Amino acid sequence: MGEWWTTVPIGTSLGNDEISSISHVTMSPSRQNNLVSMYSSLPPSRSSYHVLSSFCTEDNIPQCISYINQELDSLGLSSCIEASAPGGAGLSRVPALNAMHELMELHRRDMSTLEELEREQLKKCSALDHIQMNNSRLKDQLELSIREKSGLHETERQLQLKIKTMQSCLKTEKDEVQKLQSVVAGRASQYSHDAKRKEREAAKLKERLSQLLVDRKDKKLAIDVLNYLGRPDGKRSHWKTAKATVGHEGEMYKSLLNDYEVSQRSLMLENAELKKVLQQMKKEMIHVLSPRQPSPRGAAADDSQDQADSDEEEKPADSSRETLDQSCEYAKEQLANSIRQQWRKLRNHMEKLDSQASLVQSQLESNREMIPRETHKDEMERMRREVQQCKEFIHVQQQLLQQQLNTSFDDETAALLNDCYTLEEKERLKEEWRLFEEQKRNFERERKNFTEAAIRLGREKKAFEEDRASWLKNQFLNMTPFTDRRRCSSSDGQSALSIRSEPEMRMSSTKAQLAQSSTYTTFSTPKPSQSAAVPSTTELYRTLRLIPDSR
Amino acid sequence: MNFSEVFKQSNQLCKVSPDGKYLATCVQYRLVVRDVSTLQILQLYTCLDQISHMDWSSDSLFILCAMYKRGLVQVWSLEQPDWHCKIDEGSIGLVSSRWSPDGRHILNTTEFHLRVTVWSLCTKAVSYIKYPKACQKGIDFSRDGCYMALAERRDCKDYVSVFVCDDWHLLRHFETETQDLAGLEWSPNGCVLAVWDSCLEYKVLLYSLDGRLLSAYSAYEWSLGVKSVTWSPNSQFLAIGSYDEKVRILNHITWKKITQFEHPSSINNTKAVVYKEVEKRTAVGSDDLSLHITIGTALYNTRSKYEICPSPVQIPVVKPDPDRANPKIGVSSLAFSSDSRYLATKNDNMASVVWVWDMQKMSLVAVLEQTSAVRCFQWDPCRPRLALCTGNTTLYLWSPAGCVSVQVPTEGGFQVQSLNWHRSGDSLMLLGKEQLCLCYMDTDQEDKSLGCSFCLPS
Repeated sequence: MGEWWTTVPIGTSLGNDEISSISHVTMSPSRQNNLVSMYSSLPPSRSSYHVLSSFCTEDNIPQCISYINQELDSLGLSSCIEASAPGGAGLSRVPALNAMHELMELHRRDMSTLEELEREQLKKCSALDHIQMNNSRLKDQLELSIREKSGLHETERQLQLKIKTMQSCLKTEKDEVQKLQSVVAGRASQYSHDAKRKEREAAKLKERLSQLLVDRKDKKLAIDVLNYLGRPDGKRSHWKTAKATVGHEGEMYKSLLNDYEVSQRSLMLENAELKKVLQQMKKEMIHVLSPRQPSPRGAAADDSQDQADSDEEEKPADSSRETLDQSCEYAKEQLANSIRQQWRKLRNHMEKLDSQASLVQSQLESNREMIPRETHKDEMERMRREVQQCKEFIHVQQQLLQQQLNTSFDDETAALLNDCYTLEEKERLKEEWRLFEEQKRNFERERKNFTEAAIRLGREKKAFEEDRASWLKNQFLNMTPFTDRRRCSSSDGQSALSIRSEPEMRMSSTKAQLAQSSTYTTFSTPKPSQSAAVPSTTELYRTLRLIPDSR
Repeated sequence: MNFSEVFKQSNQLCKVSPDGKYLATCVQYRLVVRDVSTLQILQLYTCLDQISHMDWSSDSLFILCAMYKRGLVQVWSLEQPDWHCKIDEGSIGLVSSRWSPDGRHILNTTEFHLRVTVWSLCTKAVSYIKYPKACQKGIDFSRDGCYMALAERRDCKDYVSVFVCDDWHLLRHFETETQDLAGLEWSPNGCVLAVWDSCLEYKVLLYSLDGRLLSAYSAYEWSLGVKSVTWSPNSQFLAIGSYDEKVRILNHITWKKITQFEHPSSINNTKAVVYKEVEKRTAVGSDDLSLHITIGTALYNTRSKYEICPSPVQIPVVKPDPDRANPKIGVSSLAFSSDSRYLATKNDNMASVVWVWDMQKMSLVAVLEQTSAVRCFQWDPCRPRLALCTGNTTLYLWSPAGCVSVQVPTEGGFQVQSLNWHRSGDSLMLLGKEQLCLCYMDTDQEDKSLGCSFCLPS
């Protein structure tokens, strides 16, 4: 629907706030129809009247009048509306009508300017639309032409390329033509040279012929020998017979066959050698590959494969050992294929190792910031060690391979060589056995010594027991009822015993001190004790129970 | 190294007998036979005219002297100086004369190659062989002396006839697939015959003894083809030198090319040793930093010695005249050492350079660059030692251990133009224009007292 409140076009001098303060209804001519359609039921005067009636009532006529005068002032019109009679409800007609007329004029002017402006705007809108359309059309055109241009560039570039290739073709053709020309020139000169030579020869022939025809004295060809010689091998010469002819043929074929046989033999030998070498290589390669693969899964697979390989090997080995006339096409192919397979595996493995090493390297490089330094270092060290080990292993294998390639041998010497490897072990084992035997002997000797010592000990013990028994007997026999005397005697006995025992001890100290100490300290086992300490006298008495312990 | 005195000779006709005991030289119309070790004159024969060709028989008992202008061949006996034999070809003329391998027949090729006459010294029999071909090498005897291969041309086609030398029985006669047969050569084992075409077509055909074609080899078309062909002594390799400056080696099992040796003008190979001959003109008595000691009597001695050049080395190349026939380009000389280990080659547009190739490694071993064009080179029959000469007074020797250049100590200068080894490898026969000199090798080569200069590779 139409807008009821519209801002007045910019042409007039009205301020916006003034308008907003008044409940004004301004209608544009375009909107008028809407309003008319809205209020179609009401006559226009009545609608205005409706609005006006709310503004002015019987009571506020002078205020309305003053207000209207103010408004008229602000609009620039003469404000001369006054009441017809002071305090009256009527208006003076003329100024009111004039004011109304002026207002209508104003309104009409406004409308017309509005109309014009709207027309202008419409025009401008349509012009804008038109321009926009033009713009888009031109843009499309531009794009199209740009695309065309690039297409043309492309074709131009291709044509340039074609020109270049054509030029190079032309150049090569020219070179070839030149080469052929030179060849033709060379041949031509050669032909002309030969032709000249033949012509000279023909001329000489003609000359000689004419000379011969003229010079009738034909010098006969003859040989003048003093005496004919014998044949170089001394035999008589034979008649030329058919048998001789056949003999010659036979000779010729014999010599040819000989030659073929010789060459075939040498080729067979070479072939056998190469086959052996290939087989060795295959074995070595299998050996190199097998410890590498992961044990549980790989072992089974390897075993099966080794089995298959050994089965394969059996066949060519057998067939090569059989008569050489047999065609071992199949065996040869088999061997070649298996060698290729093994080599491919080895190569893949090497490549894997290489890639692993490089991967590790790159990983290390990329994770440098993230891992702490020590772990990084440790990792590096570990990996380096691993790589070194792998390298060494491969190097050793290579050397072995080379060795095997250089030395050609069959299975018997292979077994022999294996024996040689174990020989070292055997030697070492023998050495160790020898050492062991020696040690055993030493132990035996010592044991013997100890048993001897024990026997000696036993004997000494016996002797000592006897001694003791005799001494006890003496003591018992010398026992007195008096304690003093006993004490004295015991002290005498002590001193005597001590005197006696000391020389005894001095004497026995010369003997094996081990035996002595063992006798006096422990009576049971002949264990050698290293302590050479001689027990003190009181200890001795105590052990011998000669003096009571508690005293 | 000892040098004998200089003897006169004419026409470069000096040959040592096959048993190595005698030396026969021709001086104008005289034939002089000497003992090889003492060089004493043993026999002297006189021929009827200037000797054009001289050759020993295989048993070293007879010598033939051919006089082409007179069409005469005279045969002399060493054991019986009184014995004489004269073969007169009459008006038919004589172009070449040779012994048969048994030493009892003489094959004379008549003028214009009309026929080959086989004269027998044992019987009165005379055989004729018709239509021999006039080419570079039309007759070849197998090494064991059993068979002879002869190139023939009839009706514009090439044929090869194989004769049994025993009784000159024609064993095989077959056509060859050549346009214009230029030469044929038996392999040393006598079972294969190599036949090659003229330079207008590169074609080498290999026929077995019974005339079957074993293989045909052609490296390229149109350009000038084969220049020289040689077998290795063990019959394993066939070396073909061609006008494109390359040598191609074929193997005896498959008759296919196993390698090719190229002769580039700049050598970058670090494994090959390049010896360059450097000439010095020194006044007598001046001191040198080099090993040699000056002897000579001339005021100025042109001494030359070898220097080892570091790679890369530039070889002087002489471009041949493109308009002339048989241009001086391509490998014209090939020689295998006696053990088939080395191959020496010479490329005609680098005429002062000899290339030595190792057949085991199939690579270049040494390059000898001389100051003038190499005239002749030959391998020692017993060991891998190459002797070469360039037409000056120096003899050059190469062995895998190093190079030696030896001045031939003669008054008046002796220009060595060709050389021949004695079959024992102990002495060398040097031929000048009209002079002959024998060089005796010591077992110990390092004889410093004779003006040798050595060059050893590092």
